[in-house]
Amino acid sequence: MAVRMAVRGRGRGRGVRRAGKQLHGGWITYTILIIFTLGSLLPLIWTAIAASRTSTRLSETPPPFWFGGNLMDNLGEAWDGANMGLALANTVIVAGAITLGTVLFSTIAGFAFAKLRFRFKTLLLLLVIGTMMVPPQLSVVPLFMAIAELQWTNQLQAVILPGLVSAFGVFFMRQYLVEALPTELIEAARVDGASSLRVVWHVVFPIARPAMAVLAMLTFVFAWNEFFWPIIALTQDNPTVQVALTGLPQGYATDRSVIMAGALLGTLPLLAAFTIFGKQIVGGIMQGAVKG
Amino acid sequence: MTELTETAAPSTGEEGAAPAGERRLDKRAARRSRRYQRDVKWSPYAFIAPFFLFFGAFGLFPLLYTGWASLHRVSLNDPNHMEWAGLHNFTRLMDDEFFWNALQNTFTIGIISTVPQLAMALGLAHLLNYRVRGSMFFRVAALTPYATSVAAATLVFAMLYGRDYGMINWALGLVGIDSVDWENGDWTSQIAISTIVIWRWTGYNALIYLAAMQAVPHDLYESAALDGASRWQQFIHVTIPSLRPTILFTVVVSTIGATQLFGEPLLFSGTSGAAGGADHQYQTLGLFLYEKGWFELNLGRASAIAWTMFLILILIGLVNWLISWRLKKSEGA
Repeated sequence: MAVRMAVRGRGRGRGVRRAGKQLHGGWITYTILIIFTLGSLLPLIWTAIAASRTSTRLSETPPPFWFGGNLMDNLGEAWDGANMGLALANTVIVAGAITLGTVLFSTIAGFAFAKLRFRFKTLLLLLVIGTMMVPPQLSVVPLFMAIAELQWTNQLQAVILPGLVSAFGVFFMRQYLVEALPTELIEAARVDGASSLRVVWHVVFPIARPAMAVLAMLTFVFAWNEFFWPIIALTQDNPTVQVALTGLPQGYATDRSVIMAGALLGTLPLLAAFTIFGKQIVGGIMQGAVKG
Repeated sequence: MTELTETAAPSTGEEGAAPAGERRLDKRAARRSRRYQRDVKWSPYAFIAPFFLFFGAFGLFPLLYTGWASLHRVSLNDPNHMEWAGLHNFTRLMDDEFFWNALQNTFTIGIISTVPQLAMALGLAHLLNYRVRGSMFFRVAALTPYATSVAAATLVFAMLYGRDYGMINWALGLVGIDSVDWENGDWTSQIAISTIVIWRWTGYNALIYLAAMQAVPHDLYESAALDGASRWQQFIHVTIPSLRPTILFTVVVSTIGATQLFGEPLLFSGTSGAAGGADHQYQTLGLFLYEKGWFELNLGRASAIAWTMFLILILIGLVNWLISWRLKKSEGA
């Protein structure tokens, strides 16, 4: 074990490991990578092509391979007909609130599990890890009864509140802080008379910031795409994007270009975020993998 | 005395301890140190409290209450009126051919989506681990399907798999294969749904494997190369064994995901709702639960299905644990 740790530790100095040791990819490598890339991107590109055509054109053979001139019309129709404007605004609120809550609560709980002493710590941490395995199906019936009782159907808090904490988030922040936060730093702040809250604010948050950013991005993607509970708690009168997309085929059974325009509208914000933060998100997933 | 105070509450030093005010300072220091100790003792609980409060309210309590509701007759129209039913919901489930159908579909789709997905992810990670130009572009591109929601992806794939005007049938036509009625066939619909899962998750799993591959010590490859192992042999004999814990992790996560499969079969045909096709040919357990609870208004039955799914997951978890335990043991021997 000690040997493995040492080797890992050396691996962190990227320059050392990378210096000419990693094999170069040949043309076969590039060919297969390009095929994978096309496989990943083509369905999305085709969504945009279909959204820019008329429904009639989509019912012809061969199918269209390039953009047409109908994009704005279709987007407009999806916007009005499927309530996409409201859906996007709702999803920003829901995903934003869930991200904020998850990052904040995960960071303080992760800090406690990483660096503080309290009773039943190991047991409670095991409980956190165990909850990651519980499928969401196990809570929908009681949650549905609860929101029926509270008359929260169709209200955003019904989908925000159950999402505010995440076991994965707590575990992720704990794993990060165990290594990244030097215990001496906390002790030094204590010696200066800092209360626990001040320690969190002035020591933990600044050091945890990179991991908090990664967790925020992962949580936002997850919350944006959350499907099962929202379609039970919300209706088309006050939908999130995913709920609105579910309603599209029913309302526009024949107009497939409008359905594609809706799918495009609901996906574009995240795709835009990916083109900006893609590198960080990739890094975050890989970082979480090694630690987990 | 001064020394003792200093160790108990070190911050007194700042206040400039004049001899006259020493006793008052001692008192203040004692109070400070009491407050300090209270803070050290209780703040950890305050920090974990939000998580456990929310988890208790929206995770643990519903989990147990679902078990309670599964023993009752509960209608969606009047969800707060419960009538004791014993194990009736469970026995009815065992006699329900659609339950067994959903279980089998979940299992089949789970296998044909997870196995190729993880195998492809392993290969993709291996390629990404080479030194390639634009490696970050390839990584981000592989991850873009992960940013696409289940709903959007399924709507798009349902159209690509369309019988009459779908892109896939058109491509098959080019090589002389007749149009396939993807949605109405048993196997074809299950394969089509699996491809949606595979498309969305392969890149994500590849990144997890890639991270694990980069942590494999290079000396292992060097000594393997010295022994004359080809690249392929190195992959089989060095990479795969080093990745075993990671592979097990992804298998567990994918299995949990496969058991819950819901959005893809729900939206694959826009019209048939929760039935999962005209013959229930792609109805999964998740969809079956939704149909029982929200179309047939039987929340008690839905709860019983939820708990059955939970028990299946625990069973899978135990099998997984047994396998990894056996592997470890055989490795040690």
